[in-house]
Amino acid sequence: MAEQAREVLLQVRDMEVTFGKGRKKFVAVKGVSFDIFKGETFGLVGESGSGKTTIGRAIIRINPISRGEVFFKGQRINGKISRALDKSVTQSIQMIFQDPMASLNERAKVDYIVAEGLINVHPEMPRAKREEQVSEALSEVGLLPEFASRFPHEFSGGQRQRIGIARSLIMEPQFIIADEPISALDVSIRAQVLNLLSKLQKERGLTYLFIAHDLSVMRFICDRIAVIRTGTIVELAKTEKLFEHPLHPYTRALLSAIPMPDPDSERTKVLEIYDPTRHQYENDPPVWVEIEPEHFVLGNEQELADYRARLAK
Amino acid sequence: MENKEIILSVRDLNVKFSLRGKVLHAIRGIGMDLYKGESLAIVGESGSGKSVLTKNFIGLLDNNGWIDSGEILYYGMDPQHPVDLAKLKTDEEWRDIRGKHVAMVMQDPMTSLNPLKTIGWQIGEALKLHQNLRGEAARKKAIDILSDVGIPEPERRYSQYPHEFSGGMRQRVVIAIAMACNPRILVCDEPTTALDVTIQAQILHLIKELKEKYALTTIYITHDLGVVANVADRIAVMYAGDIVEVGCADEVFYDPRHPYTWALLSSLPQLGIKGRDLYSIKGTPPNLFHPIRGDAFAARNPQALKIDFLHRPPYFEISATHKARTWLLDPRAPKVDPPEHIKNIRNIRKNMTGGQCNG
Repeated sequence: MAEQAREVLLQVRDMEVTFGKGRKKFVAVKGVSFDIFKGETFGLVGESGSGKTTIGRAIIRINPISRGEVFFKGQRINGKISRALDKSVTQSIQMIFQDPMASLNERAKVDYIVAEGLINVHPEMPRAKREEQVSEALSEVGLLPEFASRFPHEFSGGQRQRIGIARSLIMEPQFIIADEPISALDVSIRAQVLNLLSKLQKERGLTYLFIAHDLSVMRFICDRIAVIRTGTIVELAKTEKLFEHPLHPYTRALLSAIPMPDPDSERTKVLEIYDPTRHQYENDPPVWVEIEPEHFVLGNEQELADYRARLAK
Repeated sequence: MENKEIILSVRDLNVKFSLRGKVLHAIRGIGMDLYKGESLAIVGESGSGKSVLTKNFIGLLDNNGWIDSGEILYYGMDPQHPVDLAKLKTDEEWRDIRGKHVAMVMQDPMTSLNPLKTIGWQIGEALKLHQNLRGEAARKKAIDILSDVGIPEPERRYSQYPHEFSGGMRQRVVIAIAMACNPRILVCDEPTTALDVTIQAQILHLIKELKEKYALTTIYITHDLGVVANVADRIAVMYAGDIVEVGCADEVFYDPRHPYTWALLSSLPQLGIKGRDLYSIKGTPPNLFHPIRGDAFAARNPQALKIDFLHRPPYFEISATHKARTWLLDPRAPKVDPPEHIKNIRNIRKNMTGGQCNG
């Protein structure tokens, strides 16, 4: 990817997502902004309850946004939009879900599951053409076209996740939101699905938003990573930079907790525990700063000075 | 190693299930020893039989399953006269063992607690049954245990309900209940799979602390090799109802011998190189409804030998503590190179000292 000619595919500006009303109001995402470039894999990492999935769902317009804007290829796609734009966005942004056991319609056969999007967006398409596309999508994800006449329960977890991927591929999307696509899978199957995702990216020039809690997988697959905690992004950087110089204490805690398959390093490992009360933000509110090129972090004056000192080392 | 006392010994265990009129052979002739005070990790994919194996130690096999043959000898009651756990049938027979000698921490803290009873009541139940403590004495003990497992403000937490606890705290409560029975062996079935990474690290740390403090023997069941590296003295790798490789943590990580262990380690994203494909195991595990001929992993092993499809390999010893079930270790076998990753790991630790496990 050429550094200077990077085209922004998706822009999120000051996104806020709220659940409930009045006294029960809960702000799940608090003013999040980021850009995703064309052809990259952007990672969103955080623990349960951090709002990472909510952001993904808000981009694909499952959850409404209470404030802020989302631009896809320069066009605003949140709120009220024209029917034509709605149709094109539905087609070009697709999602892969976490649990392949729960995200497939159990009463439908695979051919319908995979073709459903086509039926909705291109109802005029002749049946033969549709069937052809279904078997193409299935073979692309490494499944046999004969599987089209089977039900989801006849497949293993890894195969089901492939069906989920085929279902989003058939729409010929440009942007795929993958929400913990491998968390529910076994170790040996994970590698298969990760390889499939990166193969498809190379062949089709896809852009991914990869949502996960597992930083070791992120390191392998993502170009840039944003770390999110309680609805706020605390740090965003290129993957290598984030792993080399994690600055925010929360990022450091997350990194220190990654289990490594190496008994020697595990024995000597020092856990960093993140205590949110360490920040003194009452008088000195935090700001979002680009502390070194393409490395953003959230902090107040004093913290930023510490971070700079650490980088200078 | 020789002077270590065996606390539990499994001998040629076969477990079968009856499912939809067919018989599934879930555990295919496993033999293993558990030493007093060690922590053993059982690693395998879902369906490899790792949970089924340990459920036999506590008598919680599902109703459609049975022990077909074999013995599980428990030496914890009387070292001279072991109890054969495989012979126990009714709950009455199990009552002396379950909890008091072998306790279990389940995977999901959301479902293993009773939502209608307070935390204190649930710990008290175990105290009443196993230590015959009641009333104020039980309450005191329960609060002690709660602070032991790292729950802040145990007095206030004592009378709260499970829904008032976070996932990590709930798992601590589950551990507290297991500890209330004062067990000798603690079986942790995927204790951290449902938890966040930072919480996972804390819970693993807690279990290690308790193990030291109460001289527990622990068994971890997990599919996460990272977790294993953190907690295990010894590792047993399971595939298709059989232990294919067993050894000290260092031996299995730095000098693995079975092709399945190679494959498992190579497919970890932690060891992958960015931009290149991860090593992935082809195909899916074998169907245990059908009898397995030869080495169960042969069909997925690109370097399988002819004999792998015909005869089941015996264990070959690599060191006093390390053995693997693969024909590759037979002196007559051709030399097969392990994948690149594994060679790299080996080079880091060339001078391995076999025969000694930490812990």
